[in-house]
Amino acid sequence: MYSQGLIGADNRTEETPEFLARFQKRIDAEEKIEPKDEMPEGYRRTLVRQIGQHAHSEIVGMLPEGNWITRAPSLRRKAALLAKVQDEGGHGLYLYSAAETLGVSREEMTEELLSGKAKYSSIFNYPTLSWADMGTIGWLVDGAAIMNQIPLCRCSFGPYARAMIRVCKEESFHQRQGYEIVMTLAQGTPEQKVMAQDSLNRWWWPSLMMFGPHDADSQHSDQSMAWKIKRFTNDELRQKFIDATVPQAEYLGLTIPDPDLTWNEEKGGYDHGPIDWDEFWRVVKGHGPMAKDRIKARKKAWDDGAWVREAALAHAEKRRARKIAAE
Amino acid sequence: MAVFDALLELADDHLILGHRLSEWCGHAPMLEEDLAMPNMGLDLIGTARTLYDHAGKLEGKGRSEDDLAYLRGEREYRNCLLVERPNEDFAHTMLRQFYFAAFMRPYWLAALNSTDEVVRGVAGKAEKEMAYHIRHAGEWVIRLGDGTEESAARIRDAVEALHIYVDELFDSSDAAQEAEAAGLLPVRADLRATWDRTVAEVFAEALLEQPTAAYAQRGGRQGIHNETLGHLLAEMQVVHRAHPGARW
Repeated sequence: MYSQGLIGADNRTEETPEFLARFQKRIDAEEKIEPKDEMPEGYRRTLVRQIGQHAHSEIVGMLPEGNWITRAPSLRRKAALLAKVQDEGGHGLYLYSAAETLGVSREEMTEELLSGKAKYSSIFNYPTLSWADMGTIGWLVDGAAIMNQIPLCRCSFGPYARAMIRVCKEESFHQRQGYEIVMTLAQGTPEQKVMAQDSLNRWWWPSLMMFGPHDADSQHSDQSMAWKIKRFTNDELRQKFIDATVPQAEYLGLTIPDPDLTWNEEKGGYDHGPIDWDEFWRVVKGHGPMAKDRIKARKKAWDDGAWVREAALAHAEKRRARKIAAE
Repeated sequence: MAVFDALLELADDHLILGHRLSEWCGHAPMLEEDLAMPNMGLDLIGTARTLYDHAGKLEGKGRSEDDLAYLRGEREYRNCLLVERPNEDFAHTMLRQFYFAAFMRPYWLAALNSTDEVVRGVAGKAEKEMAYHIRHAGEWVIRLGDGTEESAARIRDAVEALHIYVDELFDSSDAAQEAEAAGLLPVRADLRATWDRTVAEVFAEALLEQPTAAYAQRGGRQGIHNETLGHLLAEMQVVHRAHPGARW
């Protein structure tokens, strides 16, 4: 579960024009770039940052849904949610591994997350306030993530593209599962319907923000597009998402909380009302309602677990020493 | 109804321990454990679901797995005390898991010969899962016992705290005794030697000693729990109970 255009990437690179032209030729021929291949420093740095942000988003993303595992209202839902959150952790693991092929360790990335240096998708800085949010997050947040990630299956960097194939399969399952949770609520008691609508009201706009700023305000899209790390612009993906999601809400009898939402026959898509970019940048900059709590929770898990990781290393070292002594 | 009660005891053990493991999700000491603990929790919750469903059908009053899990209070829960003990730290959690799995593995192996088809089916799946839980949790007990000074002290504390709950695993309630006599469930007391051997092997490598309990804490099978279970159930049942009759 993740999306959002890359925040604050630095695409600068200092190679010779010949080197860059040679690299671009491979990209244009749709060749996959593998970890040991030569690559511009800016390409490597952009990917480390993007894959790192993606991995962190999966890990931080375990918290808002983890918040409801112990309160899931049926055993079936409890098991499915637990499995889903576990999937997100698994995505984090593949992605950290993909980033490690570029010469950065999981520990370094984790420290950057905990110090606030590395970003993660700001959607997870919103609170989960009802059971309906478990449905809405699957439906909208994972739905938005899929829009972003399907093109990433064709990303020019091989390990990232391959990780995305499996991630997308699981996300698409999560999206359907989320939609099914919301559908059950929408067809349920009056209180359940209210819960579903309230949840949609709270998550709709943050979900649209997941695609990042408008193209005109997005600084690093061009280079990422040329390197085929990114294949569609933020606005193109946002439009696809809206067009896919509006009929789904209609089918459920739920109202999208945007009075300006109208079908535009000419463009064959919906027009939507203005996005509150002040809120977007506020949340990106770490002032989201749950931002401090999320990092605090991750830091606590990391700090409280330090003795366990140290014990595992100490034990492995003792084993190794004993094995050598026995030989 | 003895069979119903006996299956409920077993299902409650699995649900409560699965719930406890699920509390770790997103907060584990390392990402690998953020995957492993929910995995083990899912095994346990899956087993609980099949057992509740079966118990409800045998009872014949139309109670579903969710009715049984969500609409009973702490005095009606019949799990043993070990499984409801709080997670405390990773050492307590892994030792609790190891103790439970070391009991359930031989239990399910014996239950492969049950006179009840559903129990045999559960046993076939669960004995494999429990073998994995013994391996996973047992390896952690060893790493922690023979790791650093701090980890060794923590796992010793866990042994000290949890060993008084071990004997209850081998007790059979009146209901369980009836089910055992009918060949439906294995005789719990018969599993002691296997459990002792499994624990002794791991403890030897973990440089741990199994203390002899001055007394054994019991009561779960009569619904006399520690104070922690009520809080666990309050959290687990809150949404379900706030919307009587709703479908989820």
